[in-house]
Amino acid sequence: MIIPEPFRLLTSLLAVAGFIGANAAYLVWVERKAAAWFQRRAGPTEVGWGGLLQPLADAIKLMSKQIIVPPGTDRLLFCLAPVLIMVPAAMCFAVLPFSAALVPRDINVSLLMVFAFGSLNVIAVMLAGWSSRNKYAIISAARVVSQNVAYEIPMLLVVITVLMVSRTMNLTEIVAKQAGGFWHWNVFNLAANPLMPVTFVIFFICMLAETNRAPFDMAEAESELVAGVFTEYAGMGFGVFFMAEYANIVAGCAMATILFLGGWHSPIGLWPGVWWFLLKMYFLIFTVIWVRWTFPRTQFYGLLNLSWKILIPLSLFTLVLTSGLLKIFGR
Amino acid sequence: MKAPFNEVISGFVSLLTGMGITLGQLFRPIVTVQYPHQTLTMPKRFRGHILLKKEPTTGKSTCVACDLCVKACPSDCILVEGEKKPGEKRKSVTLFELDYTKCSLCGACVEVCPVDALEYSRAYNLASTSKQEYKVMDLVKRLEDSKHP
Repeated sequence: MIIPEPFRLLTSLLAVAGFIGANAAYLVWVERKAAAWFQRRAGPTEVGWGGLLQPLADAIKLMSKQIIVPPGTDRLLFCLAPVLIMVPAAMCFAVLPFSAALVPRDINVSLLMVFAFGSLNVIAVMLAGWSSRNKYAIISAARVVSQNVAYEIPMLLVVITVLMVSRTMNLTEIVAKQAGGFWHWNVFNLAANPLMPVTFVIFFICMLAETNRAPFDMAEAESELVAGVFTEYAGMGFGVFFMAEYANIVAGCAMATILFLGGWHSPIGLWPGVWWFLLKMYFLIFTVIWVRWTFPRTQFYGLLNLSWKILIPLSLFTLVLTSGLLKIFGR
Repeated sequence: MKAPFNEVISGFVSLLTGMGITLGQLFRPIVTVQYPHQTLTMPKRFRGHILLKKEPTTGKSTCVACDLCVKACPSDCILVEGEKKPGEKRKSVTLFELDYTKCSLCGACVEVCPVDALEYSRAYNLASTSKQEYKVMDLVKRLEDSKHP
């Protein structure tokens, strides 16, 4: 179905905003329920059936709170930081292909665009920490910058591997090339590179680190840094950071699905469609939650050691291996 | 040369093992009690604040107002008065006040009582909007008001 242009823009905008909003609200509920079940508790049960209206209650609570800008902060940057973390996260959704036809904007450098906007998130966290005029926030901001720089490298090296295999930066085409059964997916594309499953794991770990999720949640680190960069934020200022975290997770898991798990393609060739994409994406999101409630936060040295000593050499090796195999065997 | 690779592989396997354990917990039944809707029944030997026991035959307290509990109390939170009613051999209690704001639930009064007139209550979720309610707890009145034998 072709929608004429201004309406296409408007519907895409509404759909993306609705998708991000609904996901941010209900992933919080899923996270709280899953956390409770992992710890054999019941989780939210009071508001609505099974606590299903809990996100609404949380939203009302956050919105009714005063947004306090502490004295002595850099007011402009302090207010800009939540906007700056939300906008790039939302921008990624403009090019994510949910299915062959369901993509807001099908541009030929969509892969580059997602990662360009994805890397802006660290600047927003840095701004939030810097402008808060709070020692915990600044410590946390400094940690987050070194963490995100460390994990950006293996992530992009892994993405270059996928890029070399699929020979296009268009996300829709990358998925299209993985058609026909799960053995054609990039994660099982052992002909191009026998280490493909390893690159997927590297991508997933880097995605966890880039979105500042446990066990790499140095941005919040509530047990040592109060709430890290979010310490001075109240009400919806904090709420936007929270929403952006979930928007980033959804975008990251969607990218993992597109790059490695064959996007909207069915693993067995039956019933192709957007539901396969959503199924794979939500499974990855569940894994993100599962990892959070399994592992404690790593030490900062451990975090950087993992990146510089293991992930970067491994991803460089897979990159060289892939290019060598492509050179020898070609396509 | 082999050691770093073994470390990476065994580390990754141990991560997967950990995730397997948490996934196992995910499907097991919930063990917490949903407090305001469900409450636990306290075990028999739970030591709450003290109460005067009711003698099943007479329906009154066996307390003889000997003041041993008052002397035994380390927090000085018990006040007992009694009188010898005509026709009775022993004194009987007329006033037994517990200052629960000072009580440390040590149970010395229960231990020392020669006529076994005191027991522990099972109340654990006590709350009040006024301090006075626990400052002076009239245990004689509670005994008279209580329904159970």
